[in-house]
This record gives sequence, structure tokens and C-alpha cells, in this order.
Amino acid sequence: MEFLYSIFSFLYQFGDAFAFLVLSSCGLAVIFGMMGVINLAHGEFILCGAYVSTSAAHMGLPLPLAIAAGSIAAGIAGMIVELAVIRPLYARPLDTIVATWGISMIVTQGTLIVLGTTMAGSGTPFGSFSVGAYSYSIYRVVLMVMAVVTLAALWLMFTKTRFGILARATIQVPHVAEALGVNTNLIYSLTFGLGAALAGLAGGLYAPTMTLVPTMGASFMVEAFVTVVVGGADIFLGTAPAAVVLGLIKAALTSWKGQFAGQIGLLVAVIIVIRILPRGISGKILKERA
Amino acid sequence: MKMKLISATSALATLLSIAGPFAAQAQEPIKLGVLEDQSGDFALATIGKVHGIELAVEEINAAGGIDGRPIEIIAYDTQSDNTRYQEFMRRVLQRDKVDVVFAGFSSASREAYRPIVNQFDGLAFYNNQYEGGVCDANMIVTGAVPEQQFSTLLPYMMETYGKKVYTIAADYNFGQISAEWVRQIVDENGGEMVGEEFIPLGVSQFSQTIQNIQAAKPDFVVTLLVGTAQSSYYEQAGAANLALPMASSVNVGQGYEHKRFTPPSLANMYATVNYIEEVDTPESKAFVEKWHAKFPDEPYINQEAENSYAAVYLYKLMVERAKSTELEAIRGVIAEGDICFDAPEGEMCIDPKSQHTSHTIYLAQVTEDHSIAFPKVWESIQPYWLGEAGCDLTMEDPSAQYTPSSPPPAK
Repeated sequence: MEFLYSIFSFLYQFGDAFAFLVLSSCGLAVIFGMMGVINLAHGEFILCGAYVSTSAAHMGLPLPLAIAAGSIAAGIAGMIVELAVIRPLYARPLDTIVATWGISMIVTQGTLIVLGTTMAGSGTPFGSFSVGAYSYSIYRVVLMVMAVVTLAALWLMFTKTRFGILARATIQVPHVAEALGVNTNLIYSLTFGLGAALAGLAGGLYAPTMTLVPTMGASFMVEAFVTVVVGGADIFLGTAPAAVVLGLIKAALTSWKGQFAGQIGLLVAVIIVIRILPRGISGKILKERA
Repeated sequence: MKMKLISATSALATLLSIAGPFAAQAQEPIKLGVLEDQSGDFALATIGKVHGIELAVEEINAAGGIDGRPIEIIAYDTQSDNTRYQEFMRRVLQRDKVDVVFAGFSSASREAYRPIVNQFDGLAFYNNQYEGGVCDANMIVTGAVPEQQFSTLLPYMMETYGKKVYTIAADYNFGQISAEWVRQIVDENGGEMVGEEFIPLGVSQFSQTIQNIQAAKPDFVVTLLVGTAQSSYYEQAGAANLALPMASSVNVGQGYEHKRFTPPSLANMYATVNYIEEVDTPESKAFVEKWHAKFPDEPYINQEAENSYAAVYLYKLMVERAKSTELEAIRGVIAEGDICFDAPEGEMCIDPKSQHTSHTIYLAQVTEDHSIAFPKVWESIQPYWLGEAGCDLTMEDPSAQYTPSSPPPAK
């Protein structure tokens, strides 16, 4: 019995790490992985989602609607940023670093000045359950489910919908898509907005479990970039397996030697992957398939 | 008529020639440099420190300044970034030529700027609780130290809840050295450390840590978490129903976690603080009232804000008695050993050997609904450890930091 309890506890910890990696990196996988924009303002879209959803929850909106509101707000913010700043920079990926970094700093400091140092949290819902000697938060199981649901929804969107196909065509060969009558500007804008909305979703989902401060986006950045770099350009062949591998590494090392070891494990993993698979896991898979 | 005008003019001129240099001298301001994190990860706990300094300076200037000289604040935002501290410390000491600097939140930032203060032989106040042990004549510390916070807190916790202790601490000099203090005091009181984990700054996910704590089955957890990212621990531990009593020298009194998180995630958190706004004395209430009159939107007045406020008054006392802002003259005054100020918390006195400050230590208990109870108060707790260990700044200035495992060299 004791053994089963430890198995469950490891699965829970793995699921928890997996959910955090998937949710924090999905938006970045779209914007950085697919579109090639090195988005250092990713954390600020997460911040936007977290603040909007928590404000909505404080105003009495039920949590799922509040989270959706946070996600939509971040998506709209993303489309505005795309239109105003990113659009001229698609051919200059390195310049996007500076531009998005600037946006990140402006948003962080602007939030601090306008909204103050902190916002009261909405509290984690659902309570806890016990398995053996350990007790667990139910909401974190919800987060794991949401991570899987998000991946599934993205897969459906990019393979089964017209928007998904147009988006992939536009990003792969923009002028051919344009020649075939696709409004590529609109597609770019929507895709960037989708990435930002996914970041906002992560913010909304994690907001009840975290401290809400203007710098909170930064605590998602390492995990997000590590997952996308390890995964490569494709969300399903890259981000999902990368999150599985990194989640295992992180959960195992953290339970063995603590948070410090878990963080080191993530960073060592990314160094090794970049060395042997420069285009990430999905790059390797796609190359072999081709 | 003409005569009158001339005599009036000359009288005026005479008056000016007498008053001129005198007035200029009287208004030569005392420059007070302020290096605090007004943005970044630590801003939440430190913006109040800047406000405390501003409030004290406003009061002192309205009452005629320090010996007739007004105080002028020269403040820079250090952005929770250690390199900014070094950059701005050089700037205030070299270019702005301040008389005194109030600087620093994290111990990493203090150790980053301290060599620069030594190099230019300046005077810096560190108005923050910390891991203790800085024996440096260029520094005056008004924050509380481990012998004030842990030697009161831990015996109380071990008597109340049991002897098995688990520490989670921020992974840098503050957390590491504080954890060493916890280890030592738990050991001295016959307790047992059942676990210890150091968390890198910026980590915000604690699922596995919570489980490690549950596996070790401690009687209470010592939380020495720093920065806003790490404070997510409380919400997550509460959601996982960890429900263990907690003890801290740094939480509640600094980051007012009990105000930020939904009850009861911080229930049964005990923190030893030298001040928080809930302190229920007439002095404290008057202080909170005048604070809110100047800063109506202040979310919380924490202990470092009060330390910073009191530090300006302590500096005023020293300069007025020394009749100078020169470091040597001020150290001479400190050596007399009776620089005391009636702060909102109670009396604070500067210990000449270590240049640290005695405090009233309040045991703050967070209740189920996140209000604060004070089950115990210790009056005038001395920062005794450095002096007993062999640091005596009236005799020599090693400009070093000591810990229980590396005390001052025996003579």
C-alpha cells in the first residue's frame, strides 16, 4: 500500500510539473516556436491574464468565466502588440528580442505604478484530498486536466479547422499563401493573438495559486523557454513530449534533492538537448519523417 | 527723502551682509542618500521603507531640521538588482557626496554595496532585519538579527508545538545563514531538524516541497522565504491542506502575506517582528495614523518601514550630539552607548560594539481569519551575539561578516 501511495505521489508531482510546463509554454510555442518571434514579453501576457481574471473573480464572475476573460484580454492585448510593434519585425527575429523586452519592462513597471505592488489573490478553490500520508490540492489536478485539454484543443484547431490550416500555410510560405488569396496580415495577427491568449490562460489558471505582483510573469519564463527550446517548432510533436521529459526530470530531481536540483536539472537538460538536437525534439521527429 | 532711501538701503545691505552667510550656512542641507528597491521582485516590501524615510524627513524638516540644517533626500531606484546597488552607491558617495546612505533590502545587495562604502569610508544604514553578523564601522544596522528573532521565536514554538523542525529558506546568504542559526538554536534547545530545503529566488511552484515536508512529518515549519515569487508557497501549502504551524523571522513582518493571501492559508504562522502596523500601543496607533495621512494608499506598514523611519531620527540624534556629520565624530557618539530613540515599537538603542540596534520583539500570531494576535512581547532585546563573539567596533573595525560557524577570530 505504501508503495502505491508513493507511486501516486510521484504521478501527482509529475503531472503538476507537466501542467506547469505545458501551460506556461503553449503560448510561447505558438509565438516563438511557430512564428519565430522571440517573445520576451511572454510573462507579461501571463501577467495580463492573471490580473484580469483575478479582477473579474473579485467582481463576482465565476472562476471559469473569469479565467476565460483573462485569456481573451491577453489575446486582444497580443493582437494590439502585434499590430503596433511586431509586424515590421517578422524578418528580423533578433530585433524582436529588444522590442518585446522593452514591452515587458514597460508593462511590468506600468503595472507597478498604476496598480501598486500587489493585488489580493482570489484563493485556491476546491480544497484538498488525501492519499495515504499525503494531502493534495484538488485544483492542481484541475490544472493537469486543463493542460491536456489545452493541448488537445490546439491540436484540433491546427489540424481540423480552416484557420489552423491557413495559419500553418501562412507561417510556412507566406507569399504563396498570399498569392492564393489568404489575408496573411490577419492570420499573423490572429496567430499572435492566439499565443498571447494561451499565455493569458496560463496566467488565469495559475493566478489563484500564486502571489499577484507585477513581476509574476518572470517566474514562468525559464520553464516556458526551456520547454519550447527542447520541444522545437511543433507544438504537438515538440512541446508535449518536451513537457513530459522535463516534467519527469524536474519531479524526480526535486523529490530527490529539492528545488535547487530540479532547476539545475531543467537547465542541464536544455543544454544537452541543444547540443544533440539543435532543432529540438520535433525537429528530430520531422526530419526523420521527411 | 533721498537720505532716508540711502540709509534704508544701507541698513538693508548691512542686514543682508550679516544674515547672508549665516542663512546660507543654516540652510546647507544634510544630504541623505536612499537606495531602495522601488521596482522588481522586492518592491512590495521596500516601497514602504522609502515612505518611512520621507515621512521622518518631512517631520524633521518641519521642526527645523537637524541642528537647523534641512535634510535633502537623494533617492535612486535599485530595481531589486545587486549591480544597481554598486552603481548607485558609487554615485551617491562620489558624485552626490551624501552625508549618509540608507540602503538595501536583500542581504545579497548589502554585501554587494558594503565594500564600496568601506572604500569611500562612508556611513550607511541598513534598515532591514537580516541574518546578522556584520561587524563593520561604516554600517549601522537598525533591523533585527537572529539572536533577537530566533532565540525568542524557536523556544516558544518548540514548547508549544514540539521539537521536530523543518526549514525552507531562500537560497542565498540570508537564507543559508539564517538556516544555520535555526539549526543551532533548535539543537541548543534539544530539538531535531527533520528537514531543510533551500529554494532558489524566483521559484513559485512548491508542490514537491510541500510533499517533502509532509513526508518528514515535522511539528512546525520555519519559512524563510524571500521575494514575491516565493510567497506563493503559502497559498499552495494552504490549498494542499498542509496545516502545519509555521515560524518565520522574515515573513508577515516584511511581505504582509497575511493580507495578501486568502485565509486560512497563513493560520498559525508565528513571526517575531520588531514592528508591524497591528502593534496595539498608543504610539503605534498614532504612527499608523500620521502615516496614512501622508500615504493614504499604503497597503501595509511593515517592520522595515518603521526601522527606516526610526533610523532617520537616530541619525538626527547622533549628528546633533556630534555637531558634525563626519563618520569619526558620529562613531565617537555611538561609543558613548546611549543613543536611544522612542520609536513606534518602543525604545531602540544602538549597541556600540556592533552598531546594531536593540528592539522590542513582538511575537505575531496569524489567526484563522488572518488577523494578528500578540501572544508574547519581549522588551529591549539586545543584539548581543556579535559583541559576545568578539566584535568590538569601538576598538577595531574588521569590516567583515561573521556567522555562528565562522565567528570573529579569537584573540
